[in-house]
Order: sequence, then structure tokens, then C-alpha cells
Amino acid sequence: MRFDNYDTEGFYDELFEAPGKPRPGAQILVERIHSLSDGDVTRRQIAAEQALLQMGITFNVYGADGGTERIFPFDIIPRIIQGGEWEVIERGLRQRIEALNLFIHDIYNEQHILRDGIIPEDIVLSATSYRAVCSGLTPPKGIWCHITGTDLVRDKDGTFYVLEDNLRCPSGVSYVLANRQVLKRTFPIVFHKSNVRAVADYPSHLLETLKYLAPDTQSAPVVAVLTPGIYNSAYFEHAYLAQQMGVELVEGSDLVVDNGFVCMRTTTGLQRVDVLYRRIDDDFIDPDVFRKDSMLGVPGLFEAYRTGRVALANAPGTGIADDKVIYAYVSRIVKYYMDQDMILPNVPTYICAEAEDLAYVLEHLDELVVKAANESGGYGMLVGPHSTREQQKEFAERIKSAPRNYIAQPTLALSRAPVIVDGHFEGRHVDLRPYILYGKDIFVMPGGLTRVALKKGSLVVNSSQGGGSKDTWVLSE
Amino acid sequence: MLSRDANSMYWMSRYIERAENVARTIEVNSHMTLDLPGEEHTQWGPLVTIAGASDLFSTRYDEANQKNVIHFLAFDRDNPNSIISCLGAARENARAVRSSITSEMWEQINRMYLYVNETSTNARVFESPHEFYTRLKLGSHLFLGITEVTMTHGEGWHFCRLGRALERADQATRLLDVKYFILLPTVDHVGLSVDDIQWAAVLRSGSAFEMYRRQYGVIAPDKVVEFLLLDREFPRAVLYSLNRAEESLRAITGSLEGTFQSVPEQRLGQLRSDLTYMRVEEIIASGLHEFLDNFQKRLITVGDAIYDNFFSLRPVSGIHP
Repeated sequence: MRFDNYDTEGFYDELFEAPGKPRPGAQILVERIHSLSDGDVTRRQIAAEQALLQMGITFNVYGADGGTERIFPFDIIPRIIQGGEWEVIERGLRQRIEALNLFIHDIYNEQHILRDGIIPEDIVLSATSYRAVCSGLTPPKGIWCHITGTDLVRDKDGTFYVLEDNLRCPSGVSYVLANRQVLKRTFPIVFHKSNVRAVADYPSHLLETLKYLAPDTQSAPVVAVLTPGIYNSAYFEHAYLAQQMGVELVEGSDLVVDNGFVCMRTTTGLQRVDVLYRRIDDDFIDPDVFRKDSMLGVPGLFEAYRTGRVALANAPGTGIADDKVIYAYVSRIVKYYMDQDMILPNVPTYICAEAEDLAYVLEHLDELVVKAANESGGYGMLVGPHSTREQQKEFAERIKSAPRNYIAQPTLALSRAPVIVDGHFEGRHVDLRPYILYGKDIFVMPGGLTRVALKKGSLVVNSSQGGGSKDTWVLSE
Repeated sequence: MLSRDANSMYWMSRYIERAENVARTIEVNSHMTLDLPGEEHTQWGPLVTIAGASDLFSTRYDEANQKNVIHFLAFDRDNPNSIISCLGAARENARAVRSSITSEMWEQINRMYLYVNETSTNARVFESPHEFYTRLKLGSHLFLGITEVTMTHGEGWHFCRLGRALERADQATRLLDVKYFILLPTVDHVGLSVDDIQWAAVLRSGSAFEMYRRQYGVIAPDKVVEFLLLDREFPRAVLYSLNRAEESLRAITGSLEGTFQSVPEQRLGQLRSDLTYMRVEEIIASGLHEFLDNFQKRLITVGDAIYDNFFSLRPVSGIHP
């Protein structure tokens, strides 16, 4: 299999500067692939898929009788990022997370940013992710967003943009670790020669981050991962992280609040838990405070958190910072709290709540992507260039009736990377989700999850809509 | 450790052991059937009977022939004790404790399940099932070895061992019962029929043939029963298994030898001690099948007590009125 006929078709390609001309860090890989016999690349792809299946990194295809489990599609050609490029991303993410944390804390406490008129008050207070019950709280060590996954994309000219912040329960990091484990076996020689920065220490950093949140009085704090259970689509990840950290994986029914403390039911009685890495959304963690019908949570958990008897990661209420309208204000947030210019730019965004932007959006619906503030997974979205007049009209009405709920962005020409398709290489669009941990320091994992839209021409990288993944190599400089 | 995790580890091991033993039961019968040409139909029905699944079987199949019974015992997902159901359950339990067991253990269970799942759609397995049983047996042994050398021998490991030992004791009694049903249809006949080949098949299916030979030489029914039930050193014998179960139970509770502080310890101790001081002649005289039947019932009460004592999520007082 060769790259001789691989066509970048005018897109920014992650591995090739131009057809036939690999980027500096990709030369070793391309040469190696060219040295392999025809069937060899395909065999390695099959072996990698087998390995993932045996590791049990699968999700269920519903409606089928027991037998059908699939792996999350994986392409063995890595995406390679130069060390210098990464250095900018890393600084940008640190800055962004620090600023967003300050923002969340301010919102639930003094609300300076609202009083100074940087963000209209009603935009924050009317957000469905705003949790009034968190007002006046200072979480342990003042940190709200301990684990963040920030979605980045590259445009035609190669510039990285932040597309979305995920500050609630971002998932996918286990795929980064598993993909890497598999790819080291797939291309051991290239991997060794390329000087790729390691990601395997992520669980250690995560554990350190979580332990840092425990009350100082606990010399050997007990950490646990709280999962909705084995039927959750991210269960593999919950179990994997707990296993890699060497901590208990608990379900809501394993926990009970006893004398104000959160405890696990063990074979020898109740044992106190100091820190919970909860992979259950705010709405479901405590039926006493949030949704009454939640079967997944623990009654009394929020009260234990409020009184400082258990730490929760991420803290309840962080969702306010990944509201799609708030996103548009992040550069102002960075400037306001840190007096710095934002290092990693946002995708240019029109805020429909602002009159001038609204007028522009309504006139250019056919070329913009319109997003609803509180929806995710591609719902409540209008992709202008792919929409009908009817749909545009309907959206115009929706926007006019609730401008606060909408933002709009130009359609980007996302960068591409080569993937194996029927025995040859074709370009597909990719994004990148790096993971950031905020504990004693801010740690940015070198790399992240590269998601690929496997359908030809598609821009949708979500696994539910035909997305797959690749290993991401950040090279040491 | 978490009660839920302890429960899952216990059942993970039990189900693996059960799957292995169902395979062994089918294997011993395949061998015996080869030695009894012409009596095919009457020879497969008993396997369903001793599995306690006659009613379920008759609603799903019209005839207890080799193909139907093997399908029912190995690949029928509606039979909760079929090999595929057992491995599926073992895998779900392993998935639930995936964070507390080693990756190697999980991957081995996953591999076994994927193998059986794949084989279930392959018609050739009914014609030459031997390879299938062999791979299952080896798979189960490999899992045991992996558990031995990768998992800390702490509380979780003891719950695994406890589940496995109890299941093995239960299954060993069922294996003996196969022989009973096939050759000795009524109690009156106990001890009257001796068939070297068939008892040898029973021993082989318990991987006990060579060890038995070294110890007793000739094959005699009462000696086979003595070996499989009462031997203290043979690892598939019932008494051996009960001794290991008791050890693990004490390791979990911290009780001293010869003492107990909970219902499961008491019940298991009584059952083990009855067996310790039993002679095989007494067992045969009182009727082997009756003895085995009674033993299985008492073993079930041990399992119930383990559930009540360690796994059930008891309400915690004074929190949420």
C-alpha cells in the first residue's frame, strides 16, 4: 500500500504538506509503510482490530441477540503533531482551563464578571447548566474543573481552533491509552524512531489530581470512580481508569451516606470515601437535590459535598462553562481574569443575543453553522450549506424567538488525515480532543483522542454517526 | 472490598467452573455413547435430567438425541446453565469487577466467550465436539493459572477460590450422577453392574484416570466413588474442594481453624466434617443417588448463607428515614 496516488484535494492534511511530500515528522512512517509488502499493512490493521476485540474494548449494538459487539473503529495510521505545534496548544489549554475555572468560581460566588458587564447576566443565569444550588460554594482547593476534554479542529490554513469545551464528564481518554498500546505493537520500529511522547502516565496523573482534593486530615485518602454501571456506553472507560489507578469502581447502590460521610458497602462493613471521580451527570448524582427519579445517584451526596466531607470531580455546576453561548465569551473571560490575550483562538462565533451579530446571522443562514446552546451530539443544529430554504426559514423563526439560545459559526474546512479504505489510502476529516487535568498543577496530556469521520466527505466525527479514531503522536522536539 | 465486587468475583469463578464441567459432562457421555451403539436416545436424556432442566428442555426440543442435547447444554442461550450462558454470565461478572481483577484475567474470559460464541454457529462442532471440549477445558485451566499468578492472594482471590471450590464440589457430584442414571436406573441395582469402560470414562472426564490408577490399580465402582468423593488430595474430589472452600472462607472472615463466627462457616464446616468422617460403604449402602441429592441440597444452603452474609446489601440504619 503506497501513498503515491494519495490526494490531499486542497485540504490541510495532517501527514502531507502536498501530494507525495510528507510533513517533517511523518517521513519515517511513510518510508516504513512504503517498505512493507502489499498485504502487510492490511494484516497489521486486522491484527490491531483483533487486539482491541480481545481487550474487550467494544460497545453493544442494540437490538441484536447477544452476539453483536463491535469495536470502536480504529485506523492504524497515526496522526502526527510536531513538538513545536504542540507547545502552543499546551500553553493555550492551560490558559483556557485556568481562566474557565476562575470564571466558574466567580459565577457561583461574587459574580464580578456579571456586575462589570463583561457577560450579560441573563445569559449565565438562564443557562440550563447553571446550578443555583452551588452558589456560595468553594470546592476543595478552589478547583472546579479537574478533568477537561477540549475539542480542537484545524482549518484550511492549519490553524488550530477550539471548537468546544467539555467540562462535565468528558470521555474517550481510555481509547487514547488503548490505541497507543495497540499501535506500539503495530509499528514498533517507526514508533521507536519517531520519538513519540508517552501518554501511559495519564492514570498516575489522574490519581494524583484526585488525591489532591481529599481533606488534608486524611493521610491515606480513599478515591473511587462512580459509574452508572455496566450498561453505560462508557463503562469500559470507567472500569479501565479505576483499574489503572488501583481504586474501587462503585455504583450508586454501593454508596451510602452515613453520619454525613459517604461510605462504600464492603464485605466487612462501611468504609469512608474521600474523593469520588464521578462519571454521572449533575442531574443524576443525588435524588435529594437534583432529579428525584435518579436511580444512579446517592441520596445525601450533595450535602456531604457541600459540607466538605467528600470531594467530587468534576465539581457540580461546571457545565455552565461549556454552554455554547458562554463559549463565545471565552476570549473576554481570559482577558478579564488573566489580563492576557487568548493563545488558542475560538472558531469565530456570532452571538445571536447581540443585535449586530443576530442581523448578520439571519442574513447568512445558508453559509453558517447554527448551534443551540444547550444541545449536544449534533442535535438542534443547522448546517447552512447543507440545508434547504424551508429549514433556514424555520431556524430563523426559532432564533428570533429565543436569540439567547443560539450561536453561529462559519463552516470550516476541517483538516484531513489518510485512512485505510479498501486497500488504499484516502483522506478523511479529523478533530482532536486533548485531556487536561487540574490538580496541584495543570497537566495537559501530550496528544489526545483523534476522531475521524470515516464516511467520505463527512464532517461528523461522533462514534454514533460513523466516526472512528486514530492514535495521536506528539513528537518530542 | 465492595460487597458487589465480592459477589461478582465469586460468581465469575463459579460460572467458569460450571462451563468447564458442563463440557466435561458432555464429553464423558460422548465417550460412553460410542461404547453403547444403538442406545443413543436413552443415553442423552439423563444429561438433561441431572442438570435439572427436563421441563425447559421438553418445551424447546422434541427429542433428546445427541444433537439436541449438545445444543441445549452448550449453545442454547435460553438455558441459563448452558456453556454459552455460563461464559456470558462469567464475562458480565468479570466486566462488573473489571477494575479489581487483572487485564489478563479479563482478556482470558473474553477470549473464551468469543470462542464459544463463534463456535455456536459452526455446525461441525456437533460432529466432532472433542476439540471444542478440549479448548474449553484448557481455557478454564488457563484462567485458573492466570488468576493464580496475576492476582494478589487477598480477599478477592479467596472469593474467587471459594466460588470455584463450591462449584467444583457440586459438579463432581453431578458427574457421578450421570453414571448412576445411565447404568443404574433404579436404586435396587446399585452396586450390581460393573463396567470398567464406563467407570473409566467417568474418571477420565474428571481428569482423574491416571491418578486413580496409581492409587487403586483396578477399577471398582466403590473405589471410584471413594476417590471422586472422599479423596483429600485429588484436586477434583469433593472433599478436597470443600477443604479449600473452608480455608478460603476462614481467610475471608479471619476465624481460626475449627471455629466459626457466621452461618456459612457453620454450614460448610458441618458438611465438610460429615464427609471427612464418612466411609464409602455407608454411602453406597444408603444409596449413592440419594446421598448425592442430599449433598447438593445442603451445598445450596451453604451458598444461600454466603449470599446473606457477604453480598446482600443490607439496609444501613439511621440515615434515610
